[in-house]
Amino acid sequence: MDEILLLAFLFLVAGVIAVPIASRLGLGSVLGYLIAGIAISPLLHQLHVDVVSIQHIAEFGVVMMLFLVGLELEPRMLWSMRHRLLGLGGLQVVLTAAAVMVIARMFGQTWSVALAVGLVLSLSSTAIVLQTLNEKGLMKSDGGQSSFSVLLFQDIAVIPLLAFIPLLALPELMDVAGAAAASDDAHHVSLNLVERLNGWQRALVTAGAIGLVVVGGSFLTRPVFRFIAVARLRELFTAFALVLVIGIALLMIVVGLSPALGTFLAGVVLANSEYRHELESDIEPFKGLLLGLFFITVGAAIRFDLLFANLGGVVTMTFGLIALKAMVLYTLSRVFKVSGSDRWLFTLGLAQAGEFGFVLLTFSVANSVIPVALADQLLLVVMLSMLLTPLLFILYDKIIAPRFTASQEREPDEIDEQGSVLIAGHGRFGGIINRILLSAGFKTTVVDYQSEQLEMLRAFGVKVYFGDAMRPDLLHAAGIEEAKILVVAIDERESATELIHYVTENHPHVHIVVRAMDRLHVYELWNAGARDIIRETFDSSLRAGRSALEALGMHPYDAERQVRGFVINDREQMLSLASVYDPDIPAHENVEYVEKTKDFMDRYEQVMQGNSAAFGSRLDRGWVPPSLEDVEAEEEQAGNDPEEV
Amino acid sequence: MSKLIVYYAHPGHKYSHVNQVMADAAGIVDNITFVDLYRDYPRFDIDVNVEQKRLWEHDVVLLQFPVFWYSTPSILKEWQDLVLEHGFAYGAGGDRLEGKKLMLAVTAAGPEEAYTHKGYQHYPIRVFLTPLEQTARLCRMRFPAPYVLYSALQAPVTGTVQPHVDGYRRLLEAIRDDRYDFDAAEKLDVVGYENLPIRAKD
Repeated sequence: MDEILLLAFLFLVAGVIAVPIASRLGLGSVLGYLIAGIAISPLLHQLHVDVVSIQHIAEFGVVMMLFLVGLELEPRMLWSMRHRLLGLGGLQVVLTAAAVMVIARMFGQTWSVALAVGLVLSLSSTAIVLQTLNEKGLMKSDGGQSSFSVLLFQDIAVIPLLAFIPLLALPELMDVAGAAAASDDAHHVSLNLVERLNGWQRALVTAGAIGLVVVGGSFLTRPVFRFIAVARLRELFTAFALVLVIGIALLMIVVGLSPALGTFLAGVVLANSEYRHELESDIEPFKGLLLGLFFITVGAAIRFDLLFANLGGVVTMTFGLIALKAMVLYTLSRVFKVSGSDRWLFTLGLAQAGEFGFVLLTFSVANSVIPVALADQLLLVVMLSMLLTPLLFILYDKIIAPRFTASQEREPDEIDEQGSVLIAGHGRFGGIINRILLSAGFKTTVVDYQSEQLEMLRAFGVKVYFGDAMRPDLLHAAGIEEAKILVVAIDERESATELIHYVTENHPHVHIVVRAMDRLHVYELWNAGARDIIRETFDSSLRAGRSALEALGMHPYDAERQVRGFVINDREQMLSLASVYDPDIPAHENVEYVEKTKDFMDRYEQVMQGNSAAFGSRLDRGWVPPSLEDVEAEEEQAGNDPEEV
Repeated sequence: MSKLIVYYAHPGHKYSHVNQVMADAAGIVDNITFVDLYRDYPRFDIDVNVEQKRLWEHDVVLLQFPVFWYSTPSILKEWQDLVLEHGFAYGAGGDRLEGKKLMLAVTAAGPEEAYTHKGYQHYPIRVFLTPLEQTARLCRMRFPAPYVLYSALQAPVTGTVQPHVDGYRRLLEAIRDDRYDFDAAEKLDVVGYENLPIRAKD
């Protein structure tokens, strides 16, 4: 127990420290975890921790991840992917394995060892690639989808590979690894129930299991969820989500299929269900932690003593492998018409060996297929290639993607039509602004640099232009000189502030409407010269607050006025603070800012305690009748004695 | 049975001495339609189609409001402006309200004496209500005498709230049950809880 706590603490601390640093440096979380693993590996060694067995547990994160991927993917989409899945995925495995085999043969390995090595190294790392693609929001891009097709095929291919590899056993290795293999087999047999069945029985059981997942997923989840909901305990949903994923994984192991495939299928089946988001949010943290743990163990398992003993050889093999895999992927991407920056994403992203390589290597050694010494070297190659993958993604991000962005910007988008309204950023926010303006009959020019967005909009006939609104020449081409209004609705807050700076200084005639992310951003934008600043979630929050008031029984018109009063008060406070905010001084060191904030807080407190009507009076001033005393006095003055009425 | 719809408009609902109690009473009268305009349209986005359908489906339209600056609360003016469309309520083809009745139930802050030529309000209350009277005429609706409470601000101390509210309920029920004498009411300037022209139950 103590040991588990200590280990959990160690792994978590390592991750919590390393990942934010890596993210800040733009390296991505995967590399952060890997580095964390390397950093704590001496410590784990001291504590005699069996990193590899922890890794086996952590590999379940991959299964969960595929479940989550499945949830995002509707059956229709999966069906439309089938050619890529089989063609791209199948050819990738076969061609890479063949190429590695040829090279291994050239280095004097027997054909069976060469084939085994080829198969082991043909697989890529689902964990690293999917995690990174998700993190960068590239999953839905063409390159991301192609990568996913290949990874899914590989995950499915692992099962037949596990069946095939023992056939390559070398007689001279049998005795050495016999004991290990026996224990491994015993473990294996205990769960796999179909091994003793013949072909058609096995097929029947397999089909039955998949049918169970599909039918059960479609028809059983809803009643079960309803049953659980009765208890009104949040954690029961989490428990059920875990039961679902683990149960399906077990079922797949029992019938000799890939757990990843099973949960992926279940995910696809549930993609249209109303519980999708619930399942997603339940599984997500477990997946994240397990994958993090997995990456840490990969880092921690690198045997640096072995690495340094044969540094040149391992490094050469690693780079050779990456180059070889990249070549195969590049060729396939040409054949399957993956183009532009997507082709490079696909080529560089999948060029590593992966976690299934570990599994197959251990399995191969246990089955006397690959000699231990060679396996140790290959293990290092696999790890090193995984370690290098985040760097390849950075290479893609920093050097390759911008180049494609730049070239696309210049080619198709000569801005030929100038509207009196310029909208920078056509996402959820800018899109609505554009629709409102168009519906009122205004001409708008939209500038955005997310090509998927734009293509979709173009398909709907909206006038949109690809490009970076930050570039003065593009602003000029879009007609900033003639524009009456510039709407800034780009997602990056710093870019928005910078754009405001530029436009207020160089094109003061333009009225800017800008989206602010939060309060501090308002101050920054105000400071940059914007005056028409809209907080992105403010209005919806107001409406939610109003709904809450109404639900509490407040008259809708009173609720409306209450919220209006809040808005006026909030705006007054915001403007007052914005005028003293200085972006160069941290807010807590800005004396004037702190004073004003304190002042507002005091006033607010007084209002709350009922000592001041400052906030309330504006609300209540309408329609409060005069006091009875006043009424009587006034009536008397007017010559009417109210008492006589 | 007549179909009666009561439109209630008071932006300061919660400060009201009389109208709120009247509205509560009207709200529980069976088989009439009660609409709180500020509740239905807190942001003034009045649904013209819904409102025209409501008018079309009722025989008697009763507007209940406090007199603010010799006129209606603002939402009621907005409602008139939007709902009483040309071609619906008046003008060519605008005969949808013809023969229906438009009645008012208003409260006034000043005493009855104030609403005379010698009083400080200088005109009888009916004069301030002539825009609505003429509206009814243009829409070819009948306009019976308004149900009025004077000195509404002092009503809680003078004890007139309860009788006025009781009279209001009797008025609504009588209209609903066809026991309200509209002919008699049309001959009066205003009616109060003491002189409602209601026929006894059969």
